[in-house]
Amino acid sequence: MARYLIIGSRCSFAAGEADFCRDLVCRLAPADNRVTLFLVQNGVLPARAGARGSSFADLACIGVEILADDFSLRERGISSDRLQPGITPAALDVVIDRLVDGAKAIWR
Amino acid sequence: MAERKTLTFALMDTPYESARTTTALRLIDIATRRGYAVNVFAYEGAVMLPFSRQQPHRNAVRGRNVEEENHLLTKDVVAALMEMAARNGGKLDWVNCGLCVDERGVGEAIEGVRRGSPADLWKLVEASDNTLVIGTR
Repeated sequence: MARYLIIGSRCSFAAGEADFCRDLVCRLAPADNRVTLFLVQNGVLPARAGARGSSFADLACIGVEILADDFSLRERGISSDRLQPGITPAALDVVIDRLVDGAKAIWR
Repeated sequence: MAERKTLTFALMDTPYESARTTTALRLIDIATRRGYAVNVFAYEGAVMLPFSRQQPHRNAVRGRNVEEENHLLTKDVVAALMEMAARNGGKLDWVNCGLCVDERGVGEAIEGVRRGSPADLWKLVEASDNTLVIGTR
């Protein structure tokens, strides 16, 4: 089982582009990979409950671990109880943990 | 004793313009606190992060002098990270891409920064447990 760490730093509302991270994890997770999507910087904005067109529920259902950088959340005034179900606040240390564990990491 | 881990980060962003720089420095901070060996290959605008001629400035709009403004300089952050790494039994090897340095005329870097080439990035990656590339869009 390969391990992947996809770091999403862009807000899908503002980037004006297809949601690269979402597409990537959707392809990786069903192929018996362990996939973590780590949201950071403006990448945490679509994680808010009720954010239009940005449900992460489908990703959680296929086994993707979805984490949101707690520092980025605090910077933007987003409390953990305002996140979509299935998204967990996490320290940036997780990125280092995954790198040390040998996950294939992609920053977007 | 566990083997010391080695991580490489490739940074591309120029100082003061992107949250990516803040996040990158936070990641390096975490790794150096753990005593890991950390390699940084800075290319494009990121070669200015350890530029030694960075100067603090006053803030005329808010009426603050240089001391009151206490402007954060990335060269000081890089120096502090190098000290942190050494204090925790690790090392921060910062390599500035020489081509990128010359293009920008920023050859004066703080002590501890060395000049390299893209071939050095390959060597760093080969010698690392893992690598994270944080590129500008």
